[in-house]
Amino acid sequence: MKILGFLLLLSGWAIVLTAVALLTQAPPRAAFVLAGIGVEIVGLVLVIRAHPIRRGEHE
Amino acid sequence: MTSGPAATFSEASGVLCVVCILLVPLACAGIALINTGLGRSRSAAQSMMSSLCVLSVAAIAYLTCGFAFQGFAGQPAHVVMIGGKPWSWLAHGSPFLHHVAVDGSPQSLAALLGMVSAGLAALIPLGAGSDRWRLGASCISTAVLAGCTYPLFAHWVWGGGWLAQLGANYGLGRGFVDSGGASTIQAVGGLTALAVAWILGPRRGKYAQDGTPSAIPGHNVVLVLFGSFLALVGWCGLNSAGAILFNGVAAGTAALVAMNTILCAGAAALAAALVTNSRFRKPDASLTANGWIGGLAASSGACAFALPVEAVVIGLAAGVLVTFSVEWFELRMSVDDPGGSISAHAMGGLWGVFSVGIFGEAFHPTLEKAGEPAHSGQWLAQLVGIATLVGFVLPLTYGLNWLINRVYPQRVPVEGERQGMDLYELGAGAYPEFLTHSDEFTEP
Repeated sequence: MKILGFLLLLSGWAIVLTAVALLTQAPPRAAFVLAGIGVEIVGLVLVIRAHPIRRGEHE
Repeated sequence: MTSGPAATFSEASGVLCVVCILLVPLACAGIALINTGLGRSRSAAQSMMSSLCVLSVAAIAYLTCGFAFQGFAGQPAHVVMIGGKPWSWLAHGSPFLHHVAVDGSPQSLAALLGMVSAGLAALIPLGAGSDRWRLGASCISTAVLAGCTYPLFAHWVWGGGWLAQLGANYGLGRGFVDSGGASTIQAVGGLTALAVAWILGPRRGKYAQDGTPSAIPGHNVVLVLFGSFLALVGWCGLNSAGAILFNGVAAGTAALVAMNTILCAGAAALAAALVTNSRFRKPDASLTANGWIGGLAASSGACAFALPVEAVVIGLAAGVLVTFSVEWFELRMSVDDPGGSISAHAMGGLWGVFSVGIFGEAFHPTLEKAGEPAHSGQWLAQLVGIATLVGFVLPLTYGLNWLINRVYPQRVPVEGERQGMDLYELGAGAYPEFLTHSDEFTEP
């Protein structure tokens, strides 16, 4: 799940870059940038959930 | 090909810039004191020793290849053409500053500022790894940060890279703007702190079996608060030098920059004190210090462009954000960050970057002269920068630290943590006349 989360982070960034590079109209460009950030947030949530407290490991 | 054009620069600006850069080590001293004060007493000497070593490693790593990767606007760079537009990804410099004449030129001042800034960024993860991060591992991690991660992102923002050129190439305001390093220093350092905290795991005894966190208060709040004062002086220099070098503001604007820096930090500290007072019935000194540092980190974004009253608003928001963020990371995310580095630097820095898109009144005259509507796309340029930090820098710094951890385990063994980092790593404590810590003499 951790790897998937990091892949989603990179994918979100790729969406943002693609939107900047390929779209010329301001509204769709902004929408895709926000969508890319949304994908990053999902990825961040996955990474967070993949890092449970290592209870007992260092106790 | 070359990266984007450099900002204009006068001789008076150069002199002021040197003075300002010489203040920045005080910010490093402040952060080192804060990290030490918020850690345990049995790790205090190791914390200060790590700070010194990390600064040394950062300077040498930056000299070796850091500035070659970062470069300076207008200098040769690796450029990729995408849709007919140049994207500058990496500077094309020589190692060991071979191509730089250290004569007070803007390029040499950028190298000097980069050297101390890389050290400041490298100090940030020390707060998150406090009480359990091995000295050798923190030095290796710093070499990677100062030699690779920091210069790469700094090139994109300060070296005429693709983020700085978003305005010229795609009409997004004036491109990604960050005067004093809210993104390049604070957010990069803060996100590295998050990666390090994840990789190290929480301190022994921080979380119970059911996940309930226990409070491990800092051992010396006086060090923390004194460090906050020192950091203010360093930050005034850092923000002023960055604004002059990378945004081309006049030397006289340094007064506005310093005023905004002080106001932002003050407002953030007051907000943190008020929030903690309303929640716990008494203001919390360490959270107030975290708020202060969060305000400083946030001020670095728009310090040269915001009005003083806007700086107060930025600071108030930073103080509230940092206070809740510290609790959120500890309780909800189970991230043990003794120094509050992630909240103060990463969250404060990201907010500072975004605030440029919201505020930044000084952009108006410039843009209107150029026939553009004010704030045209500036917020979007700032969002692209934030997306790059979260979507690229975080995975990169996590991956690099994960690799280091595979080769050279970054966390001390249980015995070292029980004994204290001072005795385990240095062989002597910071406070040898004190005999405390009953758990040192009980079985784990």
